[in-house]
Amino acid sequence: MKPPVLVLRVTGTNRDHDAARACALAGGAPEIVHVNALAEDPGRLADYRMLVLPGGFSYGDDLGAGKVWALLLQTLLSASLGDFVAAGRPIIGICNGFQALVKAGFLPGFGQAPRPGAAPRQAATLTHNDSGHFECRWVELAPDPASPCVFTRGLSEPITCPVAHGEGKLVASPAVLSEIEQGHLAPLRYAPTAGHPAGYPGNPNGSARHIAALTNPAGTILGLMPHPEDHITPEQHPGYHRGARGGSGLALFERGVAYAAQL
Amino acid sequence: MRVVRMEVAKKPGIRDPRAEKLLRELAHLGVAGVRSVVIRDVFHFAGDFDDRDLRLLGERLLVDPVIEELVAPRRFEAAVDVALLPGVTDTVAETVLEGARLLGVLGLVRAATGHLYAFEGAVDAAQLERIAAELLANPVIQRWSVVGSVSPSFDATPASGDACEIPLTGADDARLSELSRERRLSLDLAEMQAIRAHFAGLGREPTDLELEMLAQTWSEHCVHKTFRARITYTERRADGTVDEAASGVVDGLLNSYIRAATEALDRPWVRSAFVDNAGIVAFDERWDVAFKVETHNHPSALEPFGGANTGVGGVVRDVIGVSARPIAVTDVLCFGPLDTAPEALPAGALHPARIEAGVVHGIEDYGNKMGIPTVNGAIVYDPGYAANPLVYCGCVGVLPRDGHPTTPEPGDLVVVIGGKTGRDGLRGATFSSMEMDAATGVVSGGAVQIGHPVHEKQALEVVLAARDAGLYHAITDCGAGGLSSAVGEMAATLGADIELTRVPLKYTGLEPWEIWLSEAQERMVLAVGPAAWPQVQAIARLHAIPCDAVGTFRADGLLRITYEGRVVGELDAGFLHAGIPRRNMVAEWTQPGPEVIDLAPQDIAAELLRWLADPNVSSKEDVVRRYDHEVQGGTVVKPFVGVAADGPGDAAVLVPQEAADGGVGVALGVGVDPRLGRRDPYAMAWAVVDEAIRNVVAVGADPAQIAILDNFCWGNPSLPDRLGSLVRCCRGCYDAAVAYGTPFVSGKDSLNNEWRDACGVSHPIPPTLLISALGRVPDVTRTATSDAKAAGDALYLVGVTRSSLLPPSDAPALYVALHQAMRAGLVRACHDLSEGGLLVCAAEMAIGGRLGVTVDLAAVPAADGLTPGQVAFLERPGRLLVEVAPAGAAAFEAALAGHACAAVGAVTATAELVVSGAGAEVRVAVEALRAAFRGR
Repeated sequence: MKPPVLVLRVTGTNRDHDAARACALAGGAPEIVHVNALAEDPGRLADYRMLVLPGGFSYGDDLGAGKVWALLLQTLLSASLGDFVAAGRPIIGICNGFQALVKAGFLPGFGQAPRPGAAPRQAATLTHNDSGHFECRWVELAPDPASPCVFTRGLSEPITCPVAHGEGKLVASPAVLSEIEQGHLAPLRYAPTAGHPAGYPGNPNGSARHIAALTNPAGTILGLMPHPEDHITPEQHPGYHRGARGGSGLALFERGVAYAAQL
Repeated sequence: MRVVRMEVAKKPGIRDPRAEKLLRELAHLGVAGVRSVVIRDVFHFAGDFDDRDLRLLGERLLVDPVIEELVAPRRFEAAVDVALLPGVTDTVAETVLEGARLLGVLGLVRAATGHLYAFEGAVDAAQLERIAAELLANPVIQRWSVVGSVSPSFDATPASGDACEIPLTGADDARLSELSRERRLSLDLAEMQAIRAHFAGLGREPTDLELEMLAQTWSEHCVHKTFRARITYTERRADGTVDEAASGVVDGLLNSYIRAATEALDRPWVRSAFVDNAGIVAFDERWDVAFKVETHNHPSALEPFGGANTGVGGVVRDVIGVSARPIAVTDVLCFGPLDTAPEALPAGALHPARIEAGVVHGIEDYGNKMGIPTVNGAIVYDPGYAANPLVYCGCVGVLPRDGHPTTPEPGDLVVVIGGKTGRDGLRGATFSSMEMDAATGVVSGGAVQIGHPVHEKQALEVVLAARDAGLYHAITDCGAGGLSSAVGEMAATLGADIELTRVPLKYTGLEPWEIWLSEAQERMVLAVGPAAWPQVQAIARLHAIPCDAVGTFRADGLLRITYEGRVVGELDAGFLHAGIPRRNMVAEWTQPGPEVIDLAPQDIAAELLRWLADPNVSSKEDVVRRYDHEVQGGTVVKPFVGVAADGPGDAAVLVPQEAADGGVGVALGVGVDPRLGRRDPYAMAWAVVDEAIRNVVAVGADPAQIAILDNFCWGNPSLPDRLGSLVRCCRGCYDAAVAYGTPFVSGKDSLNNEWRDACGVSHPIPPTLLISALGRVPDVTRTATSDAKAAGDALYLVGVTRSSLLPPSDAPALYVALHQAMRAGLVRACHDLSEGGLLVCAAEMAIGGRLGVTVDLAAVPAADGLTPGQVAFLERPGRLLVEVAPAGAAAFEAALAGHACAAVGAVTATAELVVSGAGAEVRVAVEALRAAFRGR
């Protein structure tokens, strides 16, 4: 049976259909559910094996990207989400979903949590790109083979996919960054691309240590700024007309869905 | 009620890109003394709350604890405090209220936001005023103080709730004209007389609401008086004699030329043209595609961010208004040169650089937030746009075949979905139909709105769910003229009863006519049967967006508007929509003299680098990368192409999510050329129709299934020379559309694009026709990009180079042959010849592929005695450069047999452009080409 995947939509979400298509191609059974429907029946979350927090501009990102969505995760959905996390079911947050997971404390997710499944205090943030504005371009993401992340396990080739954000720069204290690196909690980093050394625009936003993604110590939650869901077929690749293919973003969804299926 | 101000600052040591950008702008402005800038986010709260509530709001909602902190308000030596004017949409404040509810701070009733800019260094009050006015705020939507703080007004003002009677039936003609001016109705004497006669017949005076509704319904913006007028046209030869054959009476430009072309072509795949909010064509067996392009010129001149922002929002609503899901946004922008000297601008005009920055930000904000890819467009710089920029915004959508109901039924509810109504954008329809002068910003500032894209996204979700469940009988959007226009059009045959107190308001104090005419954004109007109403309400509740039944459709054609039950307006739909007198206008045109062809350039290399660096040619990557062109995952030909994704694409190709696995796509391209507009609008029409079509053919669209849209931006049509050039242009539109077999499916005109200077002289923009093409791509795996692909391939120039400004008559057939070659897989790369002609085209292919290209100018198929040197940069329509692999060369030549097609060069492994055939061989390194094109 295909594992049911909940794609959570909030006010301002806009890449929910992109993510659902990726989940379906990866072998999952995605369903897009509005947060207001879930809030009326929070227990419904337990019916799903995997959770996707897709991209968009939740509440316009008016008070900082993902801020109000994070508050929603900490208030309306706190208990049911805590159970989901404690059960070890996989969660992927993309772009705005990543911002919400970071600001709600689920990523990098180390430190003292008030109760099982709940998030510790916010330890890192995603803020304005060094360029000071939104940017859309394709990037290469190099996997960390030692990461515990279930979405990147066994991945050795880089993933190629677009970024599209204005607030994707990862900022954290040196201590937090060290802890991320020691635990291999940055499963994907911006890699140098053809003709460009490490740095802009390969790292499109100035993220500390070129970190593009974070996972929690259990490896069950992945958050990333780039959009693997927008590179799931060959003709989406910008080099398609030159015969270039590049690592498909589908690899992440396939691993996530497979992990969810065996739970 | 307690009122509190809170401030948020970056923690010490944390970078603030906004402040860094401001410092760069200060240097650009010539303010040298500022060492550093601190920007604080300011929040004003009103309501019933305690300090604990405020701490909760501050810590959980307002700050990002890793990089920000709450700070006590303090006085700075040099600072500018900025707040929004009352009534201006404040999206952040609305989100604060939403967050407060989540935190259980229910006593917070009102919120407003602002910014505090504190400067360190030598800066005096006069400089601060200048910084505020030029960089930080726009008096059209904001106010500021350089000495203290500004606070928003949270006071509620009561409305009278009454309509005023306007004494009109006894007014003489002079008074009628005066009244039109006083109330900014933009109605001429004949129209005012028609209104006077109508109300004299009824035996009563009109109310303010009725008069405003008539002015809006009869505005140029809404009813296109000029395009429907009877025009007496005189065309003169260059020697001044009248060309009798070309002169005569034109019985309406729209019917005689634009619609006439569509009717003459009678294409079965045109599902709807000119009758609805957007044109609709067939896509596949199940889906149709809708396309609309609008302009938002005057609002963008006054408040560039808000103007462009709501321009995108408006055209997206047009597409939602035909029950379609938006899949792409396009934008074509015309500005004055960015190096325009400030003293060369008329008083009251914003600098082109500021207009561009605001417009780009506005487009970025709306498209990105709604999750619609912005994939195609152009930026044109010309001194003629310095005080009157043009902002064309387009939107493409997908709808199910027969999925767009258009007939309301008597008894249906008039349902408004979307944002609440405020005093935004009053009289925008009439404002856009006026010329601008130095006072326009002050007097018509209310015509400018700020968008709220997230609200539009919520409304879209409700509409799509209601569409798929079959819950409405008709739908339209609230655009110019607000509810007055939307309900007026939807109830044009049935009439309706409307109760204005049921319209949800942002704040109190709106008079009845203001509610009715408000152009508050992000609202859709639906006709919903009573049985379906509970379901519609439930969907709107899920998406947390206001949804209110404000009235009921009648059956007798009467439109009756009440406020608390009192009638404030009662109009017969027949008079409202058919009572406007038809205009008689006079037009004149003098034919231009013969075209003079430039001599061959002395230094081809220098000329080529100059062309590549020309703002009208050079890379727009810094702008375009700010638009999300990947969302929805369907962009298969992207705005930038090639090895490093920095070569310019000709057109975008998209696959809609609804048909993601079908392999069929749509191509979007544009044609625009104001320089030709100045010389000969007839030739401009041909050239831009050709360019738009050529762009989409270049990426793989089938020439047999291309629909086009016309958008005219012109000066004051009551002046015969302006109208004469419009007649010429429309004739070109007809001739070109019929020749190419491409029907017009939608169009719009924006007239009165003129600016009156301090001496009272009025300056029109260059006549500007934008043609947007929507082509069906039958196989997205057989598309082409412009970047050179492989050394050893041949380069063919297809199309003959002539002295005439018109495309060769062979062009339509040539494009069909080229498309067949593309379908057969013979085309490795394809690029259209545009600004800078052949060598700029070849250079762009080389840049995209990071490969060398050779061009033999002597091999170019040329007519009229043009020399190889002259064809190097000559701009003439109808031509493309095509890369073909050696193995496919014979088949390609066979496919193009009978058409102008010549091998003019090759792709090489050595990364340089080599030009021969016109004097000594010229070599330019591709890196030098790239640097000139990119500007760095």
